[in-house]
Amino acid sequence: MKTLTSLHTPKQWLGLLAASAIILLIPLLPLPDHWMPLLGKFLCFALVAVAMDLVWGYTGVLSLGHAVFFSLGGYAMGMYLMRSIGKEGVYRSELPDFMVFLDWKELPWYWHGFDSFPFAMAMVVIVPGVLAFIFGFFAFRSRIKGVYFSIITQALTYAFMLLMFRNDTGFGGNNGLTDFKRLLGYPLADPSVKKALYLISAVALLFGYFACRVVIMSKLGRVLLAIRDAEGRVMFSGYNPLPYKLFAWTMSAVLCGIAGALYVPQVGIINPSELAPANSIEIAIWVAVGGRSTLVGGVIGAFIVNGMKSYLTAAYPDLWLFALGAVFILVTLFMPEGVVGLIRKAFGAKDKDDIVVADESAEAIAEEITTAPETLNEKNLPSRA
Amino acid sequence: MTEAQTTTTAPGTTEHADARPGLNKQSILWVDDISVSFEGFKALTNLTLVLDPGELRCVIGPNGAGKTTMMDVITGKTRPDSGHVFMFGQTVELTERTESEIAVLGIGRKFQRPTVFENLTVFENLELALKAHKGVFKSLVWKLQGEQKSRIESALETIGLTERRDSKSGLLAHGQKQWLEIGMLLVQDPKVLLVDEPVAGMTHREMDKTAELLRSLAGEHTVVVVEHDMDFVRDISGGGQVTVLHQGRVLSEGTMDEVQNDPKVIEVYLGKPEGAEAE
Repeated sequence: MKTLTSLHTPKQWLGLLAASAIILLIPLLPLPDHWMPLLGKFLCFALVAVAMDLVWGYTGVLSLGHAVFFSLGGYAMGMYLMRSIGKEGVYRSELPDFMVFLDWKELPWYWHGFDSFPFAMAMVVIVPGVLAFIFGFFAFRSRIKGVYFSIITQALTYAFMLLMFRNDTGFGGNNGLTDFKRLLGYPLADPSVKKALYLISAVALLFGYFACRVVIMSKLGRVLLAIRDAEGRVMFSGYNPLPYKLFAWTMSAVLCGIAGALYVPQVGIINPSELAPANSIEIAIWVAVGGRSTLVGGVIGAFIVNGMKSYLTAAYPDLWLFALGAVFILVTLFMPEGVVGLIRKAFGAKDKDDIVVADESAEAIAEEITTAPETLNEKNLPSRA
Repeated sequence: MTEAQTTTTAPGTTEHADARPGLNKQSILWVDDISVSFEGFKALTNLTLVLDPGELRCVIGPNGAGKTTMMDVITGKTRPDSGHVFMFGQTVELTERTESEIAVLGIGRKFQRPTVFENLTVFENLELALKAHKGVFKSLVWKLQGEQKSRIESALETIGLTERRDSKSGLLAHGQKQWLEIGMLLVQDPKVLLVDEPVAGMTHREMDKTAELLRSLAGEHTVVVVEHDMDFVRDISGGGQVTVLHQGRVLSEGTMDEVQNDPKVIEVYLGKPEGAEAE
């Protein structure tokens, strides 16, 4: 009981239970078939946003490369799904279609093991986790901070995108991995499988949310907040910030990997466009729109922005990027604490998680604006399906 | 008492046994022949400073004298070009260690501008600073013990912030933030407290309270106060040692009366009409 109240006030628990109930009951509604994977996709994005908030909102480390971890989780799942197609591909071969097309005779070594579901699931967390750990270790040890760190993460995702675009890298090149048939023997086209994937995504989101919540409500979370606000003081208080940052960073990457793995069977494809720098910037926008340092804000922001995106890219495709830019500017100018900040103001609640230094967050967002236009203009890249 | 600025020891030597005859082996902190330069600018030149346990030492000097650089070197923020910093006589060398290691060894630092964690409450600020295991996984499962709690309570009492314990520290007044930061040093239980301009921007009443606080800390801790304000220094130094820095060197050392009557100090502070003012 005490551990429950240490995470949330009774009122917050009530709100959370209500929200979880709604999310978990949605599959019972008579919605059109294509809604399930769409909403399931949003849940995956929401998990990414929560993970992003842990490093950006709570640790002050703005990553503009989180799509890397999401995509690596996605590719790991995609590889399993490719292998479980078996001989039902276009070429009726043991090998994935793209390998036959490239005239490869045998499976590359790094594809071995992906026939096994447990192995693939382990890779979903291990690959992003290890990459994040190594990258984070060197970046944080060199005390790279602020906008410099953000730029390096952009470079990281861009480098991975170029790597994955190449056919000889062995991940399907430009087209990526697709034509999936089944997961653990269940056909992906089946509506009940879609519902199940939606529900698993919802559970994963709840798991990710509570995992982050446990961290931020512990002393570890308070140290993270302290690192964000005054890293020097933290060091002179006897803490080495490196393992703390590395913990939050790696945990965030692992959660993104899980989200990516759930995303891929629902959208049916993973390709290098997921790694486009603009995608990572969008993740930051979800969190900014929803409200930084709130966790819940990430979920809200991911749903709002992606809801808009789904609608606008279908109804007015040319307008989407303008709308995204406008939302971003409006949020920066008028809602520095995002939707959650707005709700708090409306209800006059002075929550424990309030940010005292509001102008600092505006500054961080403004930093992004300066990096965003260039990367958003990459017209030559294939857009996300 | 004053250490002559001898440069007999080769840089890089860590074994300093009897390198300084007459040096008090019991010294808690020994800044030994430190030189630091930034792109040609000599911030510190052969600086030597010896602190006894429980001493309250004031360090004064005009702008650019090297006071903050000295603190940076002691706390591991800046690596010196040459020289050493020893703790506990000659047993522990500090210049090769990181900031957090030095803090754990027992050197606490108060910044010039009050630096507290503004989004945490007063109590949480003290809890973070508390002397305890500071590893990441220990922090995840950390629970405050009864004895630790009473240490925080008594620190709250000392700095007079008991009633504000659950306020966000960002909402405190300037002077209160300064005291909270001193309180954070207290619960960290350092051997040496380095306090950088503690009364800058304070009202007279706040100054008196700060002086009292710092005096009460000396004895149990070694306190080094870097300050501009001569009245404040006179107030807290009592008959204790005052070190005057100038252009990265020790200009004079002695009681407040002694240094104030030292012609070299008068020259630097008041200036001679014809010379040495081309700074």
